[in-house]
Amino acid sequence: MSRSLRGKSAIVGAALATPGPRPGWSAQEILADAVGNVLDQTGLTLKDVDGLFVGSAFHYTPTLSMAEYLGLRPRFSDSNMVGGSSFVGHLLTAAMALQSGQCDVALICYGSNQATAGGRLHSMAEPQPYEAPYAPRYPVSSYAFAAQRHMHTYGTTRTQLAHVATAARAWAASNPEAQERCPLSIDDVLNARMISDPLSKLDCCLVTDGGGAVIMVRADRANDFPEPPVYLLGAAGAHWHRQISAMPDLTVTAASESGPRAFAMAGFGPQDIDVVQLYDAFTINTLLLLEDLGFCPKGEGGPFVASGAIAPGGDLPVNTNGGGLSCCHPGMYGIFLIIEAVRQLRGAAPGQQIRGAETALVHGNGGVLSSQITAILGNEQTL
Amino acid sequence: MTDEPGRDKVSGPDEEFSTSLTEGKFRIQQCNSCSAHCFPPRTLCPVCSSRDLEWRDASGIGWLHAFTIVRRSIEKGGDYNVVLVDLKEGPRMMSRVDGVALEDLKIGMALQAHVAQEADGDKVIFRPGESE
Repeated sequence: MSRSLRGKSAIVGAALATPGPRPGWSAQEILADAVGNVLDQTGLTLKDVDGLFVGSAFHYTPTLSMAEYLGLRPRFSDSNMVGGSSFVGHLLTAAMALQSGQCDVALICYGSNQATAGGRLHSMAEPQPYEAPYAPRYPVSSYAFAAQRHMHTYGTTRTQLAHVATAARAWAASNPEAQERCPLSIDDVLNARMISDPLSKLDCCLVTDGGGAVIMVRADRANDFPEPPVYLLGAAGAHWHRQISAMPDLTVTAASESGPRAFAMAGFGPQDIDVVQLYDAFTINTLLLLEDLGFCPKGEGGPFVASGAIAPGGDLPVNTNGGGLSCCHPGMYGIFLIIEAVRQLRGAAPGQQIRGAETALVHGNGGVLSSQITAILGNEQTL
Repeated sequence: MTDEPGRDKVSGPDEEFSTSLTEGKFRIQQCNSCSAHCFPPRTLCPVCSSRDLEWRDASGIGWLHAFTIVRRSIEKGGDYNVVLVDLKEGPRMMSRVDGVALEDLKIGMALQAHVAQEADGDKVIFRPGESE
């Protein structure tokens, strides 16, 4: 594994658009709100931005639309679209572009008005001709298959899955930016309306509005900005399928490949990570990703989460903002994983701050457990 | 190699598959180079890169790999199943199982394929099959 990118780029800005419902605001307006906030945080202006990275389900050519809207003329842009994981992937491509001199200031951004625009998943996804005739509910049925196979193979229970949802809610409870903060019990999750067995409504992420923006520069400029820099120590992606029917083993994601490669670049292992942000579109995601990234053995995700390990007070702080299950999930969640990790490493989390956090793992999932992208971030002490 | 099998076909594999379905046949491709079966239809063998993929009548034998019950209001037609089936030939496909109550679906149960002509198109569906 090449370590030539380790610590060579730093996130110097990470900001949300104003959280909460944004009636009357379009997706690109919410994105621009987040961009304005990250510029304020860094002291940069739009004129300084020469690298643009956008994933979107709202724009066919997202970097073209957003560059025009923001008034940018990027030297390098990338709208690699691998679903919600796109933004974690952009960290890697931005680092490559920065290191090779293709750009000097990389802006990664996202905005969505999914909730106020009607609540349906906004998607440009083409119909899958070998799946669509059977009318699976997209995407939840795909995740339901994975959950069922995990239960069948490892004896995982719905109660164990429910612990993922209640842990996320417990973190959200102390985060004023989280959109669902009222107490949630295991029984609430188990008794919620079934959507696609074995997943109930409360096994599924929220549908919200939201936006976020991140600015990355080469490490030699990392200390030129007001906030403490957060360095990219490792990153890697892998994907093995698009449709769930083509997933080789429904209980093993490509995170089992992206994780080890990202760790190898960083020179760290799971035991070195202080705070973890996992793409929890559904409760089963968290179980699969904890296992595939090496935080617990394969098949033991259920007992691991049921032990309270990932909840506030547990040994492994996971999704400390409340995650996609309780904080926000505006169609694609990847940028929010990064922003929460950066805030934790700066010691400036909006909710519960993990004291002394120096390393974070951010893991994006895209499609139907299809794209898996892992990034390892660290503060100055980890270089 | 211009005479390599697969280059001179009139239509692509997707269209050949759907034409078979309209004739009531469920066929899948087998690679003449490495013997692997593939589904959904391919232009290149995903195992060995060969273009030499030949259509074979599928055995129709399969086993239930996973299922989900999609919940739907009675007015819209009620709950229904969507399944993943492991075909005897090797590939896995999405489908539906007819002729069995939702609560009697079981992972591992033997299934047999049928081509169903339905309002929204021809499709391969399964019914409980002979256990082996």
